[in-house]
Amino acid sequence: MRDFKPEDVVGGYKEAVLDLYGGLRRVVFYTNIETPYPDGKLIVSTTDTNGIITHGNKAFVEMSGYTLDELIGSPHSILRHPDMPAVAFKDLWDTVSKGEHWQGIVKNLRKDGGYYWVKATVIPNIRQGKLVSYTSVRRKPSRTKVEECTVLYASLK
Amino acid sequence: MTYQFTVSPDFSPDHLSGWYIFNTWLQKQTGEGIHLEMYNSFQEQGTAIQNDGVDLIYANPFDAAMLVRDKGFCPLAKPVGVADEALIAVSADSAIYDVADLSLGTKIAMTDDPDVRMMGMMLLEPGDLSANNTQIIHCNAYILVAKQLLQGHADVGVFLAEAYDDLSGMIKSKLRVLVRSEISVIHHALMAGPNLAHRKEELQALLVAMGADDKGRDVLKNLGFEAWATVDHEDMEFMIDLMDALAV
Ligand SMILES: Cc1cc2nc3c(=O)[nH]c(=O)nc-3n(C[C@H](O)[C@H](O)[C@H](O)COP(=O)(O)O)c2cc1C
Repeated sequence: MRDFKPEDVVGGYKEAVLDLYGGLRRVVFYTNIETPYPDGKLIVSTTDTNGIITHGNKAFVEMSGYTLDELIGSPHSILRHPDMPAVAFKDLWDTVSKGEHWQGIVKNLRKDGGYYWVKATVIPNIRQGKLVSYTSVRRKPSRTKVEECTVLYASLK
Repeated sequence: MTYQFTVSPDFSPDHLSGWYIFNTWLQKQTGEGIHLEMYNSFQEQGTAIQNDGVDLIYANPFDAAMLVRDKGFCPLAKPVGVADEALIAVSADSAIYDVADLSLGTKIAMTDDPDVRMMGMMLLEPGDLSANNTQIIHCNAYILVAKQLLQGHADVGVFLAEAYDDLSGMIKSKLRVLVRSEISVIHHALMAGPNLAHRKEELQALLVAMGADDKGRDVLKNLGFEAWATVDHEDMEFMIDLMDALAV
C-alpha cells in the first residue's frame, strides 16, 4: 500500500501518518471535501481472514476513488481515515473474529483525499462451519448518526 | 411420489396462470408428478416448509437463509436480468423531497413482502426511521399502498420497484419516487428441497435450456422473464450473508 501522492489529491490538504497493523506506516493526505453517499446503493467488499481485499462491487470502486486492481490485494486499511479512532477497528476485529456481526458508522478516506461516511455491517462468512472471509455491507447513514460520531470519534483520538 | 411445488406469495397476480403453465411444462419434462400449491400468505407457506411439505419453491430472498441453512434446500436457478429492488414513494403533492426530511411517527404503507420491507426500511434509515418510531399501515397489494398515499392516509409507501413501475400511468402521475434501491444482487430463486436434491443437475439443465427453446420461452413469457440462469451454492450463500447484514 503506497503513500499518498500530491497529484492524486483534489483541493487543499493536510498530512497525517497512520500507524497500521503489523508495523505498517502510511502517509496520507486528506481534505475537507465530502462525497455524499449514493442514495439506494450498497457498497460491498470482501476480505480474506487477514483483512486483505478480495472482492468489491462497483459502488465500492466508485466511492473509494481507486481502481478495482488497486483495491484487490490491499489491506482494507487502504481506506483508513486519520479521524477514525483506532478503538473502533479494534472493536470491529474483536467482534468479527468471534464470529459475530459488527456494525458502526465509519469515515473513509478516498484516493483523492476526500471522505465519505457509511453505516457498515461487517459479517463473518461461514462456509461448512468454517470462517472463510469477511464481508462489509455499507448503506447510507443518517446525518444525526454522522454528527454524533464526529463528536464521539474526536473525543476518542 | 408427487413432489410439492410452491411459489412465494408475493408473485404478481398477472403471473398466476403462468406458474400453472410452468408446472405443467416441468412435469412433462421431468416425467414426475408435481403438485403446485399457491399459499395465500408467507405465514401459511412458512408452516408448509416447516412441516417438510415443500420440495420445490420459487423463494423470496428473505426465506433463502432458512431454506438453505435450516431445511437443506439447494438453489437451482434465478430469472435472468430480474433483481428485487425497493423504492419509497410519496404523493406527488407531498412536501417531502428527501427521506432525511421525514419525521418520527411517519406513516408507512407497505405489504408483507419480507425482502421489500427489509430494503424499504433500509431506504428510510437515513431519516432515522425504524419500525420502532413509525406507524406501519399493512396493505395486501401494491395498488393498495398507492391508494393509501393518494388518499393521504400514509406519508410514504414502500414498493417493490417492479410493481411500482407496473402501476398505471394515471396513478404514477399522482405519485413521486423519493429513492429507489440499486442493490442488484437480491433476487428470487427456484430452490429444491432434500427430496429433489439428487436431480439438481438435471433440473438446472432443463431450466437453462428453456431460454433457448421457442416453447420454453413462451412458458417463461407468462412469468415475466426470458430465461433462467443457474445459481450456484456460493452465489446463494453470498446473497444470504448480504441479507443477514441488512437485517440488522
Ligand atoms: C470486511 C472488512 C471491511 C473493512 N472496511 C473498512 C473500511 O471501509 N474502512 C476502514 O478504515 N477499515 C475497514 N476495515 C478495517 C481494516 O481492516 C483496519 O482494521 C482499519 O482500517 C484500521 O487499520 P489497522 O487495523 O491496520 O490499524 C474493514 C475490515 C474488514 C474485515
